[in-house]
Amino acid sequence: MMGHKAPLVEIKNLSKSYRRGNQIVPVLEDITFDIEEGEFLALMGPSGSGKSTLLNLIAGIDKPDRGMIKVAGVDISRLSETELAQWRSANVGFVFQFYNLIPVLTAFGNVELPLLLTRLSRKERREHVKTALQMVNLSDRMDHYPGQLSGGQQQRVAIARAIITDPTLLVADEPTGDLDRVSAKEILELMGRLNAELGKTIIMVTHDPHAAEKARIIRHLEKGILNASAQARL
Amino acid sequence: MHLLKLVFKNTFRHKLRTSLTILGVTVVILAFGLLRTVVSAWYAGVEASSASRLVTRNSISLVFSLPISYKEKIRQIPGVKLVSYGNWFGGVYIDEKNFFANFAVEPKSYLELYPEYILPPEQKAAFQRDRKAAVAGEKLATKYGWKIGDLITLKGTIFPGNWEFVLCGIYRGRDKSTDETQFFFHWNYLNEMMKVTAPRRADQTGFYLIGVDNPDLAYEVSVAVDTIFKNSLAETLTETEKAFQMGFVSMSEAIVVAIQMVSFVVIIIIMAVLANTMAMTARERIGEYAVFKTLGFGGWHIGALIFGESLCIAMMGCTIGILFTFPIARVFGSTMETYFPVFHVAMKTIYLDIAASLLVGAVAAIIPTWRAINVRIADGLRRIG
Ligand SMILES: Nc1ncnc2c1ncn2[C@@H]1O[C@H](COP(=O)(O)OP(=O)(O)OP(=O)(O)O)[C@@H](O)[C@H]1O
Ligand SMILES: [Mg+2]
Repeated sequence: MMGHKAPLVEIKNLSKSYRRGNQIVPVLEDITFDIEEGEFLALMGPSGSGKSTLLNLIAGIDKPDRGMIKVAGVDISRLSETELAQWRSANVGFVFQFYNLIPVLTAFGNVELPLLLTRLSRKERREHVKTALQMVNLSDRMDHYPGQLSGGQQQRVAIARAIITDPTLLVADEPTGDLDRVSAKEILELMGRLNAELGKTIIMVTHDPHAAEKARIIRHLEKGILNASAQARL
Repeated sequence: MHLLKLVFKNTFRHKLRTSLTILGVTVVILAFGLLRTVVSAWYAGVEASSASRLVTRNSISLVFSLPISYKEKIRQIPGVKLVSYGNWFGGVYIDEKNFFANFAVEPKSYLELYPEYILPPEQKAAFQRDRKAAVAGEKLATKYGWKIGDLITLKGTIFPGNWEFVLCGIYRGRDKSTDETQFFFHWNYLNEMMKVTAPRRADQTGFYLIGVDNPDLAYEVSVAVDTIFKNSLAETLTETEKAFQMGFVSMSEAIVVAIQMVSFVVIIIIMAVLANTMAMTARERIGEYAVFKTLGFGGWHIGALIFGESLCIAMMGCTIGILFTFPIARVFGSTMETYFPVFHVAMKTIYLDIAASLLVGAVAAIIPTWRAINVRIADGLRRIG
């Protein structure tokens, strides 16, 4: 064991509810847990249990009603919209179920997007994008548009876009939900490698037990309450 | 720079929708340009009139004439530099439908008073020499294929008979606003015929044209003229040429106002059309904008994308519209020459085209941008798939 180190993500008494008409629907209730740096966490649970909501809160694209989310020492629940946007661009990489690539941009253009917010020169950006696409094994598809790529390939482009700024945290909401078995396996292996070789901390929401197997820790959400039976694996 | 490329790519994502919207803007800019040009053509007479020229006419109505003896009295009024006079002749060339303005005027003073009618010196001399000489504007001469030396017969409507003239000069306009469709000849020719055929109508003139030394004194001079002839048999009404021309235009002012309103209404319509296009576009892309926001792009970036696309469509339509305005105005102008002797697209109209298009593009983007910026990221992402 190394010296005592604070966890990368600290979540304390987190609550979130949505308003539907004049009815308040609680989604997350009093959630507390930590995620260590370099972790690969799978978040499971039935549909509507609040997995996406929790992931969005950790990734800073939504705000909690109550509680605290600290990521690498920063309490992101206290940041303003603008600060939060900046924080996201520097610290979080996103992978979505439906890839969410920009259809009018090539694979290259899509991966380059997050770099447009940095001070990197055109040439530096080019280098970074090439490296990222190499990492997901798509160097030969750089100039293809999303419509010309298979689902698995699109998701790999999305992963390249998520890691291009070298974020500390990678969040993925059902990244294999829309893929066939073979492609899903590829994506999971890729994520496993990012975690093992590059030390990326990954939080992945999934329905698929096979997918969850790749993770080192699985947590279950049930009606907005985190199940205590956290399952640790090797 | 990268975003600009994205704006262009976005613009042509729905080729049909974008093309139709651009076509709409094009048609509107074309209509706007032509309508504005019609309005300014309407005021061309007013525009071309000089502040240092006054028109004196019978105070009862233009139909009544004034004695030629008034000329000397007017000349003696302080501030008056030059006096000319003339009659609206109202002659018809071959057929009723060949309408153009024709006047009987005192040649020397008239040409002096209208330096904007440019006539070569030898033509000017020839015009003044020959009693039956006439001068026509270049547009008019071109229209009927007249050449110097041609015999032209006008059928009198107010002054009966067939009147023969020799075309001695063809004038060109000094300014773009100068009317090149006028026809004028010697007042003496008309008067001598009147002495023979209708002595009661002889030695009468329809109007006096007064050149003043100083435009600032125009009002004082006009009051002085009207005062002299107060309580005489034919009282006068003197006003600046501008006011006089305005009098003609104001008879049809309601039409001009209507045309002007239509020209603004078409702009408002295209604003609604483009706003609708942009709203549809932005709604479809709410998910994409959410992705941009997720990646850390701010409201400014989203705004730039939507405003950029909207302005891109508006300005493309504007450019094509302006390019088409000139040839179409030329065709329109030559077929409508009888009604609009001066019909050219003013630079101001082009600036208005551009300003209107920028406005349309910007206004159309406001609500879609506001919506795209304010949608919560989580809700925006939910709309994908
Ligand atoms: N913007 C919203 N307004 C109202 N209710 C919402 C909103 N977003 C989510 N909810 C509700 O919150 C609950 C949790 O939603 P969430 O998307 O987090 O579930 P999930 O666990 O990701 O489900 P799934 O596995 O189907 O993706 C659901 O009942 C959902 O209807
Ligand atoms: Mg979900």
